[in-house]
Amino acid sequence: MDTTCIMCPMGCALTITEENGVVTVTGNTCPRGEKYGVLEYTDPKRMVTTLVRVKGGGVLSVKTSAPIRKALVPSALQAAAGVLLDHSVRAGDVVLADVAGSGENYIATADLVYTEKK
Amino acid sequence: MKYFDVVIIGGGPAGMAAAIGAREQGASVAILERDVRLGGILNQCIHNGFGLHYFGEELTGPEYAERFRQKVLADSGIDVYLEAMVLSLTENKIVTAVSPADGLIEISAGSVVLAMGCRERSAGAIGLIGTRPAGIYTAGMAQRLSNVDGYLVGKEVVILGSGDIGLIMARRMTSEGAKVKLVMEIMPFSSGLKRNIVQCLQDYDIPLRYSTTVTRVTGKERLTGVYIAPVDEKRNPILEQEEYIPCDTLLLSVGLIPENDLIAGSAIEMSPVTSGAVVDEYRQTSVPGIFSAGNVLHVHDLVDNVSEEAYVAGRAAAKYAAGAIEDAPIVAVRAGAGVRYALPQRIHRGEGTVRLYFRVDKVYRGMTVTARSEGVLLKKKKTMVLAPGEMQYIEIDKSLVTGDISVALEE
Repeated sequence: MDTTCIMCPMGCALTITEENGVVTVTGNTCPRGEKYGVLEYTDPKRMVTTLVRVKGGGVLSVKTSAPIRKALVPSALQAAAGVLLDHSVRAGDVVLADVAGSGENYIATADLVYTEKK
Repeated sequence: MKYFDVVIIGGGPAGMAAAIGAREQGASVAILERDVRLGGILNQCIHNGFGLHYFGEELTGPEYAERFRQKVLADSGIDVYLEAMVLSLTENKIVTAVSPADGLIEISAGSVVLAMGCRERSAGAIGLIGTRPAGIYTAGMAQRLSNVDGYLVGKEVVILGSGDIGLIMARRMTSEGAKVKLVMEIMPFSSGLKRNIVQCLQDYDIPLRYSTTVTRVTGKERLTGVYIAPVDEKRNPILEQEEYIPCDTLLLSVGLIPENDLIAGSAIEMSPVTSGAVVDEYRQTSVPGIFSAGNVLHVHDLVDNVSEEAYVAGRAAAKYAAGAIEDAPIVAVRAGAGVRYALPQRIHRGEGTVRLYFRVDKVYRGMTVTARSEGVLLKKKKTMVLAPGEMQYIEIDKSLVTGDISVALEE
């Protein structure tokens, strides 16, 4: 696998290979790059920050409570698209539990004062 | 006429931090904010990565803003005027504004902190050739429409410019179901963070082409496509290699400019490099009692640095209003070899340390950053890599300063 190290502005081009269960990183210029490369290869994770819709119009920003497995990101975005809020929430409140089977929740990152529209 | 010790123009991250700094010195404070709430652009930056330096944790933009907002709103010594558009600022610090709630507002200030932030370069600013259809947005405008107002601005998107906002918007539009066909960058490198290139483009298989630009746009009512071409080393498009990409949306992430219209034509000395005011280490401009901080002073990459800078300015503004700012000999800080600008552009001689922030003019590897006063080395710092997109600083001991200072790169 080829990727770019994000640990510093150097942006080393990393090549990550696996042989007999041993993961090897090349192209890095420091130990942080090796650690990053191994993690990106074995268990890459991402925070998901997105929007959920509010009934009657508007959106609310949410984030996953912790980084989730990268492979789950598309289903996590799908899950957010299925939410339609019809009540007020405070920043930090759970908006959707166990996002895409990740074990993490979507939590609101802002307050929402819901007013029913006629 | 109402009087406040410190009047702050702008209620974004800079304005809020300046207010907190000024209040810690006991000043009475007013914030004039043109939007309906405090927080500025942070309110539309729903992605995370803010606050790692300032709070030691990663927050989203709204969360970062909320921490400051709560502190500001809880303080009865800070008057917040919302939907208040400042029309003028005079040299003797009379601020005139209008708002729906208060009508014409006239305030006399002991000192003023400019915290108006920056705005995006537009299609007109880059001389975009072709028709003027709907569907061409600055990246930040599209971000606001998406994240605050809840509108998806297009379905087939091309992005010009690989600054962080452009990269973030590539992911955002993709997340909302749009197809981002291409991000292009006229320079041979991106000014965006590596993290954003990986997590906003590579994660979603969005191609990034360097040394490429838009040559013209097509479409009558709505954008129908863009012609693009690679550029030569002088950044002139090679038209023989022009190609057409159908799309309904073009996002521009082509740079930010400090929003200093309010002080255009005033006595405040401006820097042609930063497009912001020339300031000392307290972020005081050439007009005594008028301070400037955050993106209106120079465009930052990290909001954490904005907060820190504005806090310093707010404290100093309060001291000025109380007549307690010291007057020491001043020396100039200049940008030397490889450095595009250094800020503050002047500092007072005296005790303590001061951070000289700077940006380099291109990507450098393995250079040493030096700060010299009249040729004598004050501080040096070895670096692995320096990029124009990443603001750096070098901290010097003021007591060692004998005369003008130069910040430069040396082999």
